[in-house]
Amino acid sequence: MNGRSWSDFLSMGGYAFYVWGSYLVALLAIGGEVALLLRRKKALLERTGGTIDKEVGNK
Amino acid sequence: MAKINWYKYASPANFYPLAGKLIPWFAIPAAILFVVGLYVGFFVAPTDFQQGDAYRIIFIHVPAAWLGMFLYVLMAAYAGIGWAFNARLASMMASSIAITGAMFTFLSLATGSLWGKPTWGTWWVWDARLTSTLILMFLYIGFISLQAAIDDPRRADKAGAVLAIVGVINVPIIYYSVQWWNTLHQGATIRILGKPTIAGPMLAAMLIMLAACWLYSVAVVLIRLRTIIVEREHAAATMSEARA
Repeated sequence: MNGRSWSDFLSMGGYAFYVWGSYLVALLAIGGEVALLLRRKKALLERTGGTIDKEVGNK
Repeated sequence: MAKINWYKYASPANFYPLAGKLIPWFAIPAAILFVVGLYVGFFVAPTDFQQGDAYRIIFIHVPAAWLGMFLYVLMAAYAGIGWAFNARLASMMASSIAITGAMFTFLSLATGSLWGKPTWGTWWVWDARLTSTLILMFLYIGFISLQAAIDDPRRADKAGAVLAIVGVINVPIIYYSVQWWNTLHQGATIRILGKPTIAGPMLAAMLIMLAACWLYSVAVVLIRLRTIIVEREHAAATMSEARA
């Protein structure tokens, strides 16, 4: 922040849309990947009867 | 010293629990470094004298672009090993990397577009750097859809490997495109040989974000690899039960 006010910081010198937009897209892309992955894992758990670790790990 | 049999971990069933133990060692530092990197990038790094605050997009744009390229090479290498040595685990690793690589390539294109508009006055230009990165995105999508279209996993692995290996040629084209052709895109910020063109907290923030993205990639790729292992083993088990 280097001693700037919050409103000055949020406006990003007039580039707020582009700067915050970029980080919003990043949040959605990374968050989306994690969400899809966890959903895939959950669906798999349900299909295999909740034994994802026993299925392969402890044979 | 106890001798470790490394070949043991080439088997999916043996690698599975190891991957599970490794995940937190990557996921937790990734989360911490994302916070530290953003803090340095937004609160420590000064405003750029030329680009103002618009340059702060660099802290996500450059790491995303690097990982998009690097993960492609890694994916092709694993796909190639899986194909040449008939190593199932390596092929599964390639399939797991593809999605994260595609995500980072998309992110580099999207943030690049959001950076291009205020600095170049356009969302998109058909120049060498941007076009070759778009091709990288299509290579990832091609790899993922090709594998999804083939039912037999080992045949899907082989077809994917051919596509991935042929597509590797695109990566040096992306990297050197800013030197080989006239382009709107600026040159490399960090060079393999020679000094970086930015300094101090700006560079630190970018490198911290790069490390965070890298650790994040390892964590999600390992989680996905575990689900792929179970999906395939489960499918194989159900098939053999049905036959019996």
